[in-house]
Order: sequence, then structure tokens, then C-alpha cells
Amino acid sequence: MPRHVVATIDEIPPGERKLVTVEGREIVVFNLDGDYVGLLNRCPHQGGRMCDGVVTALITSDEPGKIKYDRPGEIIRCPWHGWFFDLRTGQSWGEPDRIKTRHYDAAVADGRDLVQGPYQAELVDVTTDQAYVVIET
Amino acid sequence: MNIHVNPADATKRDSRVGLAIADGDIHPGLKDAKALHPYLAKRWQDHLDTYGLIPRHAYQAGPAYPKGNPDASRRDAYPPEGGKPGSSLSFMRAQHLDPNNVELGILNPIAPTPGNAQNPDLAVAMSRALNEWQIAEWTSQEPRLKGSIIPPYEDGAESAKEIEHWAGHPDFVQVLLLSRTCEPLGRRRYWPIFEACANANLPLAIHAFGYGGNPITSGGWPSFYIEEMSGHSQCCQALLASVVLEGVFERFPNFKMILVEAGFAWLPALAWRLDKHWEKLRSEIPHLKRPPSEVIREHVWLTTQPMEEPDQRRHLMDTWDWIGHDRLIFATDYPHWDYDEPAEALPIRLDDDSRAKLFRENARSVYGC
Repeated sequence: MPRHVVATIDEIPPGERKLVTVEGREIVVFNLDGDYVGLLNRCPHQGGRMCDGVVTALITSDEPGKIKYDRPGEIIRCPWHGWFFDLRTGQSWGEPDRIKTRHYDAAVADGRDLVQGPYQAELVDVTTDQAYVVIET
Repeated sequence: MNIHVNPADATKRDSRVGLAIADGDIHPGLKDAKALHPYLAKRWQDHLDTYGLIPRHAYQAGPAYPKGNPDASRRDAYPPEGGKPGSSLSFMRAQHLDPNNVELGILNPIAPTPGNAQNPDLAVAMSRALNEWQIAEWTSQEPRLKGSIIPPYEDGAESAKEIEHWAGHPDFVQVLLLSRTCEPLGRRRYWPIFEACANANLPLAIHAFGYGGNPITSGGWPSFYIEEMSGHSQCCQALLASVVLEGVFERFPNFKMILVEAGFAWLPALAWRLDKHWEKLRSEIPHLKRPPSEVIREHVWLTTQPMEEPDQRRHLMDTWDWIGHDRLIFATDYPHWDYDEPAEALPIRLDDDSRAKLFRENARSVYGC
């Protein structure tokens, strides 16, 4: 699968995001406390731009009156209708079997390894003294 | 929950909507708290600065229920130059009117709503200010947009004056109230509004929400925003039953009503139920000479957003067939959070004729433009 260098690691601190265009598709790259993930910038419901979404948590309850607040920082809500998506899988919370948004694997790669290729770095100039976020499409 | 998912293609936004459309529900907003001051006498500017507009409900610091998003808006709808969502005409053009090919957009200013004001004189002054503001800052600048005459609707006589003042102005295509009035809408205190609408040949739009001082359900105050959202259909059922059963349409035969943002799939069941009872209780309301369903079919239109979403989409089509394909008006609710995207929102494929009606012709017909 093609690998694309989309950012230096310094560009996306923990909890932050960066919108990139890869092969004509807008992808939002998130840093989840050191883990990087990519999400298509288009909600599968009506097309809201996920880059404007708010990152929140899973708020669930086993019985009325008892509320759980799990996985803070790993759930994003569409900026329009508030659909919930798991940033680690792209699955929706409401209809996980049927509705998910396109999800991309992302990883950190050292510039010294990247310069040997193959990779595509139309977005970032790669040098050997930096680490980079790389996604696969 | 709708079980169908739209394909995630990357169609360019400026080419997504080929058909020019009408949008029955666009919300223009004030740039800031003093945005209406140029249209208000100094006496009312000072009043607002000192006392504010206190609505007719118990939670005076703000709405009684939360919203789905801050400012009840899409999170991407804040204008780049600052201000609240809906407050910038240039951004509304760029984000909504142009890419969605809106050729007729109906402005429904609902915040603030003078009709909710406790102070009756402030309600009159702010209604006039909102009407002047719509022309000065919206419709005179953008011919695709048409305005709504805002009356101080808890005061029938003053409302009639405000409607008569603007009657015939080409920039206004309807009169606008919010649904939760102090009394059921068919009560005679509101008849001067209906008469003025009928005389001016303007439909009366009833948009969900508003604060009439009553609990928002007939059983009291519920706990959650989701109950308020779903409850708009109950509120509008009671409102519509009141207007029909009080004989408003008998008295004003050319009076038209548009229900905005209250859903529509409930309407056939309400009409069936009203007909069933009317057959047996005609002597209680002898002024109503026809089955309620006939009256509704002739006088009532509805906007689509937010649509009910049955698991099987064809079931929504059934309700559409029962209501009448000439009675539904597409609406986005821009810039609010439960906005419907014109190219994506329709859960069913319509034939060309019904599609043209829904997206354009029904609006052209009822708004008369």
C-alpha cells in the first residue's frame, strides 16, 4: 500500500490534528497521545467535514443514574449532527455494524529510514534529522 | 435510525446540487447584542441594555433546555470575520446559498423572538426592528432571500398592525410565529393575526420552539433536550388541532399555514384521529363543516427538516403519499446543528415531478414568488 509522509511529528502534538490531501482525498490526521490515526474528512451520514469535529469520550451507562466516561480523547463527533465515531477504528457508535467512516493506518517513521524510500512526500520535505507521520492509503 | 449510508464520494462541493432549490428554513442571526439598536428607538435601546429581553418562561438566563451544539449550530458555521452562526450574509452565501444552489431562501429569524417577550411594548418595538433589519441587512442585499414578518404575536391587535404595515412588501413572503404560544393557537385572541395574514395573502409559518410560559409537554417539564426535540411534533399536533377545530379556516377560507421544523410523518395519523372523533362529536363544534383531514389537506404545508427516519425508507414515502406531494417544502435549517444537506438528506429517490415539487415548486406556490 502506498505510504505518504503527511507531517513532521512536531506539527501534530498530542490531542491535535492536521488536515491533509492525499491522492485527492482530504484526510484528518490525529495524534491520540502518541498514536497517530487518519480519518476521511467526510462524515458518511451527510458529509460534514470531520476536521471541524469535537473530540470527546464514550459516555455510557449500565443503568440509570450510573454514568461512565471512557476513552477520553478517542471519540470524535461530526460538527453537524454530532454522530460519534471511534478515532481508532472509524466505526460509528450509533450503528457500528453498518456505519463507519474511512480510516487510515498511520505510523511514525524516522527520516533516516524514509529517505531510502519508497514513500510519497508531496506534503512534507523529508530530512534525516526529523521523525514523520506516515499514513497508508 | 436510518440504516442506509450515503457513499463517501468526494464530489466537489460547488457542483453537488444541480437543481436550483428553495429552502424553507434559514436562520439569520444578530451579529451581537446591539445589532438591532439601529432599528430601535433610544428608549428601547436603553431598555435592552438595562433589562434585556426576558422571555415568558422560568429559566430566565437562557433556553430551558440545552442544544445539540453551542449556539444550536453547525460547528463549521461561525463566520471567519467573527460573530454568531448565521450573522454574516457573505459567509451564508459562500457556505450555503452558492454551493447548494439555493434560488429562494426563506429567512426565519427566531432569536430573539419578540413574541416571547414578557414586556408587551418591547415586543412591539423589537418586532418592527427585526422586520426593518431583515430588509436593510438581508433581503435588500441578496435577492435570493425573502423575509418573514415578525409580529408581537401574543398581542393580536398589535400583530395585525405590524402585518398590515408590511403587507404588499415584496421582500416578505410569510408571517412567522413560534409554536409554543401562551394559549392554544386556535383561540380567538390570535384571530387578528389570521385575518391580517388572509387579507395580505401571506401564509403563516409556525416554527417549532418558543416560550409561552407553559410546560413544554402536557405532562409537565421533561428532563432532556431529546424530549424537547421530539416533543415539537406533539406541540404542533395540539396547535394544528386547535386551529382546525376552532374554525379558523372556516372563518378565513384563504388562510394558509406552514409548519416548520416539527416533522411531518405524524400528520396523517392526527388527521385520521380527528376525523374519527369529528364524525361523532360534530354537535360540539358545529362551525366545522368538513372532516378535519379535508381542512388540513387544503390549508396546511410542512417543511421537511428534520425528517423522521424509518428503518425502511419506503415507509417515509408512504407518509409523503398520504400527506400529498404538493404539501412538503424542502428546508435545511441552516446554520443549525441538525441541518439537512440538500444533496444528501433525502432518504428516498423521487421521480422528477415529485422532486421538482419538493425542492422548488411547492415553495414557489405557497410563498407566491
